[in-house]
Amino acid sequence: MIRSFKNNIKGILIEGLTLSSALLIIAIVVVMVTVIVIGGKDQISWEFLTSFPEDGMTKGGIFPAIYGTALLVILMSVAAVPFGTITAIYLTEYAKENSVIAKTIRFAVRTLAVIPSIIYGLFGLGFFIKFVGTQMDNTFMGGELKWGQPNILWASLTMALLTLPVVIVSVEEALKTVPNDLRAASLALGATKWQTIWKVVLPGSISGIMTGTILAVSRGAGEVAPILFTGVAYYVATLPASLSDQFMVLGYHIYVMTTQSANVDQTMPIQFGTTLVLLMLTFILNISAIVLRYRIRKKKSN
Amino acid sequence: MAIEKIHTENLFLHYSSKMALNNISISIPEKKITAFIGPSGCGKSTFLRSLNRMNDLIDGVKIEGKIFIDHINIYDKNIDVVTLRKKVGMVFQKSNPFAKSIFENVAYGPRINGINDKKHLDEIVETALINAAIWDEVKDRLGDSALALSGGQQQRLCIARTLAVNPEIVLMDEPASALDPLSTSKIEELIVELKEKYTIVIVTHNMQQAARISDLTAFFYLGELIEFDKTKKIFTNPEKKQTEDYITGRFG
Repeated sequence: MIRSFKNNIKGILIEGLTLSSALLIIAIVVVMVTVIVIGGKDQISWEFLTSFPEDGMTKGGIFPAIYGTALLVILMSVAAVPFGTITAIYLTEYAKENSVIAKTIRFAVRTLAVIPSIIYGLFGLGFFIKFVGTQMDNTFMGGELKWGQPNILWASLTMALLTLPVVIVSVEEALKTVPNDLRAASLALGATKWQTIWKVVLPGSISGIMTGTILAVSRGAGEVAPILFTGVAYYVATLPASLSDQFMVLGYHIYVMTTQSANVDQTMPIQFGTTLVLLMLTFILNISAIVLRYRIRKKKSN
Repeated sequence: MAIEKIHTENLFLHYSSKMALNNISISIPEKKITAFIGPSGCGKSTFLRSLNRMNDLIDGVKIEGKIFIDHINIYDKNIDVVTLRKKVGMVFQKSNPFAKSIFENVAYGPRINGINDKKHLDEIVETALINAAIWDEVKDRLGDSALALSGGQQQRLCIARTLAVNPEIVLMDEPASALDPLSTSKIEELIVELKEKYTIVIVTHNMQQAARISDLTAFFYLGELIEFDKTKKIFTNPEKKQTEDYITGRFG
């Protein structure tokens, strides 16, 4: 059986086609990163990172956006990590694997993970601001408007909902790496189920909880849609000092400067600088999550 | 005959629809070593795990009949399983130390019982490690990770951890089956010493081991207790033909 010349050519063509589409992916990443790095590298300075925007945001730094992003993800983690961890504990330690309730929770978690982020924003506006916030104003503020408007608390809670599935899945995976032998050892010593979880299972899953937190933070740092209606501001002259304050974030700052600025060309270097900062931030966070996860998997396979 | 410690009456156990224990009635004396022998799947480990209710953790296990420990039915509905397991300790086939220091492994049980006084804990840990014949090997490195110990040392540490809770009964599920001969003989010597203070029930695959260390031997086959008597009698002059076939190696 001798392969025909025609078939040979066809084979080479198909391989070439698939290879070039794969190479295109690399090219896209390289171009994207190169453009951002080249455009932004001269902008990055200590001053740029630590000062406020000036002259209608055509000059100055991005400190409020960095500060706001950090505060947002911290508050978000404070809400999402304990809530997600407790849910994961229920799923792995208490619920029976195939019970209706466990299946329903898992279905709900998967559903949360695929809901478009703008819908979270709308939910946050409707639930946290219009419902909870207005109720709080009526109850505690005598009807005066304080909580019934966008602020960093509602934005963080909305973001926490968005990142909850990431936390739940990571923590669940980590809890499952704790061998059942250890649970049995603890119970056989007369520990209660909760003591076993608290003193043996959770300490054995710390790195998984960390991974979940970092992944959630990295997701939260990059998202804009959920906070659009719930707390982010175009520009605020002061840093947020209370939970009822509005704030700036990196992602929205880029959008604002590209589309809303009085002079888009003048803000170009700042756009690049901000983009580079955001890119590096999410990049570092993701790398640390990957390293942690890799170490957990290695531990599991041993 | 010594004082009775454990006593079961017409015990049946099912995994879902499969019967694992069929009408077990036995009386186990205090401060003796009782060995359970029999081929794999004969129910000896399942029976052992019924004695501290570790089978409760497995879905679909159904138990009928009674198990008395000190004349109290441990399957009674107002029995607190946590208290029961403090009284009836267990050592597992595969050593399973926590990823904590040697000291913290042994201190785990006392700590969950609310003992936090450093001096008191030091005492308990030292006594338990001495009783488990591992003190001399670890006394200078109590802060090291338990996972750095050898397999045999880990198993003796697990025994120390069990003793630290101050149980009356120690259940051992093939405690030496994963160990080399030297570690095995150390564990065996230890078990014999322990019977001065504790009632020991040991499941073993190794008939020589049962013959060497136990006072009484129970032979299980297909979920039934075939014969239970003094070890010497079982190994020299068993009543039942099945027992004789098993100990002479004709099956199993």
